[in-house]
Parts: sequence; structure tokens; C-alpha cells
Amino acid sequence: MLELLAQTALNATYAASYIALVAVGLVLIFGVMGVVNFAHGELYMLGAYAVVALYADAGFPFFLAAAVGLIFVGIVGIGMERTLFRPLRDNPLGGLVASIGFLLILQSLASVWFGVRMEHIPPSTQQILRFSDSVSLPVQRLYVIVGAVILLTALWLFLKRSRFGWALRASAQDPEAAALQGISINQTARIAMFIGAGLAGVAGALTAPLVRTFPYMGHSVIVTAFIVIIVGGVGSLEGAVLAAVIYAFVHTFVTTFFDGVIADIVGLSLMLLVLIVKPTGMFGTADRA
Amino acid sequence: MPEERRNSHSLAWLAVLYAGLIALPYALSYSQQEILVFTTINVLLVMSYRLLTLTGEWSLGHVVIMGCGAYASALASKALGLPVPLSMLIGGVIAGLIAWALSYPLFRMKGFYFLIGSFAAGEIIRLLWKRFRDPFGGPKGIKRIPDLGTIEIGGFTIDFYEPVTYYYVALAVVSVSLFILWRIERSPIGLTFHAVHWQDKLAESVGVDTRRYRIQAFVIASFFAGISGALLAHYVGTINPNRFNVEEMVYVLTWAIVGGTATFYGPILGAVALIVINDILLRELGFDQLRPMFYGLILICSVLFLPKGLESLVPRISRLVRRGNHNPSPPKVQPQEGAE
Repeated sequence: MLELLAQTALNATYAASYIALVAVGLVLIFGVMGVVNFAHGELYMLGAYAVVALYADAGFPFFLAAAVGLIFVGIVGIGMERTLFRPLRDNPLGGLVASIGFLLILQSLASVWFGVRMEHIPPSTQQILRFSDSVSLPVQRLYVIVGAVILLTALWLFLKRSRFGWALRASAQDPEAAALQGISINQTARIAMFIGAGLAGVAGALTAPLVRTFPYMGHSVIVTAFIVIIVGGVGSLEGAVLAAVIYAFVHTFVTTFFDGVIADIVGLSLMLLVLIVKPTGMFGTADRA
Repeated sequence: MPEERRNSHSLAWLAVLYAGLIALPYALSYSQQEILVFTTINVLLVMSYRLLTLTGEWSLGHVVIMGCGAYASALASKALGLPVPLSMLIGGVIAGLIAWALSYPLFRMKGFYFLIGSFAAGEIIRLLWKRFRDPFGGPKGIKRIPDLGTIEIGGFTIDFYEPVTYYYVALAVVSVSLFILWRIERSPIGLTFHAVHWQDKLAESVGVDTRRYRIQAFVIASFFAGISGALLAHYVGTINPNRFNVEEMVYVLTWAIVGGTATFYGPILGAVALIVINDILLRELGFDQLRPMFYGLILICSVLFLPKGLESLVPRISRLVRRGNHNPSPPKVQPQEGAE
């Protein structure tokens, strides 16, 4: 029993890692631009397909493919900012609707280019860390955990220490005052969108060999990300990370001891409960929607 | 124009419209007739959605509410053996009741939070259908739902399984529903819905319980969504949880946004235009896989370039037409062109 608990905790840690990457990106975009990006799950999907194209099909090294996934999806994010969110800056619902439109476009493009069948990506490593007979962690999963820790720490340092980070946080708190201080709103929006999208992309890239990659894989990811950002508090990066951990543990344990559908219901109920009792979530203060 | 003359004018137009709608199926192929039935049902769905948007709330659970009507009606007729028209009505009532129960948690939220909350509530209901094989049939849903059957009138057998006959049934039900929705909007309640949307602080300050009116709009909208679900269930004969997923919801959202929700005809315009392009044009040209992309592009273009929807074009066009008709001295350029 103890071993089952330990194994489930390891699985939950892995799930928390990639969920945190996706949710933090979503929160960053919402915080800086005030837009709810419904296409975030599809950015994750694009990252996974970057690995399909570069690593599985073209034979480049796995980590190179994942890095390209991060940068490529980040650039797609910049494109979204320029073409969709900037013209709709004064219309938050418009940005949301436009991102739904973009989601449909990305899904169609993926299914035209790669087909709707599920891609099987060979793992980049077969190694497994064995802690005991029934407690183990595939190294492929460890990559996701380590990658998430490194990237989120880097993001945290970037936001707290660098000038760009200051500018980003300033325009998240008060866009007008930030603009008056000479901070370019367009510039910060571009950076936020690159980071936010890139994080979703790299999450997709790193998990691609571990999940089923197909054009509609973003749906469950975006639902999870919404649960996490609501529970954590819309606009709070720390809240998103903590909520990702809580959600991943609840979901993984319920899946192990009951079944997946019940776990989904529990997750959604958790979000509904937070919306009813404390709509600002655990850490949220801003109410921009 | 005096009020009476205007009324008789629009009644005449309505008569022409209905003559066209009644004749329409005979100009179409069998598969197009089927799409016509779905279009009629979807018009009711998007119009019930519009009633909710009048109070300023955009829900992402409306298609699941439609599904509640479909499941309730299917179960009432199949498991309880009730006659189909009665179970359709029950479908609408159950959808309204579920909405009423949901409204207590959901209307503590507004704006984006309501959007996400309604999505979560809808997904939970959908997962319950998926999880509980008894009575919802699990992922495969409910099959062999009783249809309206056949009736014999004076030697004629009317088979309601045929798209054309079912179309007339749906057209009648939808017309009556739309008339009721129209009357509601013109009534003091409907005007209060507008006030709740555009001036909610002011409305509250003069003693309007805005929450109560939001709930009313939600319940009425859900009743009609349930009716549309019941119409769907007894036509297709099979329903499952995937039929009411968020993708379908995105389509409804697109119809409402592309058509515009300020006028009564806006969403109808949006739904009919997009369904005709999407289901008839693109499918017959063989671009099946690209159809979601079409919806995506249309959605983005309409938010960027036509934020008030197709309906905002109608006054402009009719102004142009009227200028052409009623102007006794047309611009002098045209005759010159004709003379050359």
C-alpha cells in the first residue's frame, strides 16, 4: 500500500510538472494582456508535433527538438499577439473569441498535415529509475520534471530580477501607469506571449513521447489549465504552480483509486467550488475579467 | 410610415417568407433536406442562446442544456413509454429545471467567471452521462429513441421519419417557440433583461433584482434549448455525450457572434449563413477536413472586422435599396452610362 502511494505520488509529480508549465503560461498571458487564451491547449499540441516532426520523423536529438518546439511555439504566440490580441486589446471577450477561432484553425492544420491518427513517438531513453520493486520513475518522465523546475525557476528569476521582468509585472499590475513610465505595452505583451506560448509548447514537446499525440489533444489540457488557474487564483503565478501540484495529486490519486472519469468530475467540481466560494482563488487578487 | 401600414407590411413579408420555407424542401436533395431539419432545430438553439445573452451573460454550457432536454425526452419516451410530443415537452421542462438548479451557484459569477463556471457545470453533466451506463447509456449514449411514428388521415399515411414531414413538425415547433421568445423580449420582462445587461447598477438602484432576472432568462432560454434537444433526439434516434461537447458549443457561439445578437434576426442570419456555407458548400466541394478552419477564420474575421455581426449590414443594405427605390430622381451618372 505504501509503495502504491509512493508510486502514485511520483506519477502526480510528473503530471504537476507539465500542468504547471501550461498553466503558468496561461496566467502570464492573462496577467499582462487581460486575454483568456483558449488556444493554449493547441499551443501545447503544436509543441508535441514539433517533436513528432523533428525527432520522430527527421531524427534530430530529442532535446534539440524540444528547444525548437519552445521557440517555434513562442513565435506563433508573438504572431497571435500581433494579429489577434493587439487589435482587440480594448475588447477582452473579443480576444477570447478570437483565440477560440485560432484554436479551430490550429486543429485543422494539424489534422491536414499530420492526419488525425495518434502518433507513437519512440521514447528518447529507455532508462528507468528503480526505487524498489514497484516504485519506479522512467527517465523520460524525469526529463519533464527537471525541465519544468529549471524553466519555472528561470522564469521566476527573470520576472523578479531583470528589467524586462519589472516591466512585465508593472504592466500586469497597472497597464496605464506602466505606459506612463515609458514601458511599451506592445513590447511587454510580445514578451509575455512568447514566454507563455513557449512554455505551453515545451510542455507539449517534453511530454510528447509519454502521451498520445493527436490534433485534438489540447482539449483536455486546456480544461486542466483552466481548473488550475481558477483554483490558484486568476493572475497569480505562484497560485498556478501550487494549484497545479494540488490538482495533479488529487487527479492522479482519484484516477488510481477510482477511475479517470470520476477524477475529471472531481477536478471540475473543485473548480466550481472555488468559483462559488472564493472566485479569486487561493492567491488571486486582480479581478480583470 | 404609420404603425398599421407597417404591421401589414411586415405580415405580408412574413407570409412570403413562410411560403418560401414551406416550399423549400422540394427544391432540395435528400441530404440537403436532412441539413434543413438540423438547421431548423439549430435556429431554435441559437435563438434561445440569444435570450440568455440579452442579460449580458455568455454561457459555454448551453449545448449541454440542450442535451439535458434530449436525454430527458429520449428517456421519457423510451424508458417510461410516454408519447413523443409529451416527452418533448418534458425534455424542455427538465432542461429548464436543471438550469434553475444550476443558476444558484452559477449566478454568483459574472463575465469570464460565469463563462468558465457554466463550462465546468456542463462538462460535469456530460461526464455523468458518460460515467453512468444506467440510465444514460455511457459513452455510446441512448439508441433507438422512438420517433414520431406515422399517422393516417383520410387514407394518407404521414410518415414522420421522412425529413420533409419532420421538417414541417420542427418548423411549426420552432415558429411557435420563436413567437413566444419574441413576445417575451417585447414584454416588460424582456425590457428588464436589456436593462440588466446595459445598466445593471441603475436597474438595481431602482429596485430591480438583477439576479432574479438573469435566472429567469437562463431558465427560459434553457427550456427552449431543451425543446430543440428533444426535436433533435427524436429525429436522429441516437444521442451520446459527444454530440453535446464543447465543439458544438463553439459552433453555436460562432453563429451568435457572426450574426450578431442585438436584433432578433441576427443569430438566425448567422446560423443559416454559416450552416449553408459549411454543410452544403464545403461538404459538397470535398473540403470536409477544413471545415473547422473555416469556422475559425470566420470567427476571427468577424471579431476583427465586423464586431456587430452580419445584422449590422442589414440596415445599411436596406438603406441602399430604399434609396434606389424611392428616389424619384436617380443619380445622373446611371442614365448616362445606359445611354452610351
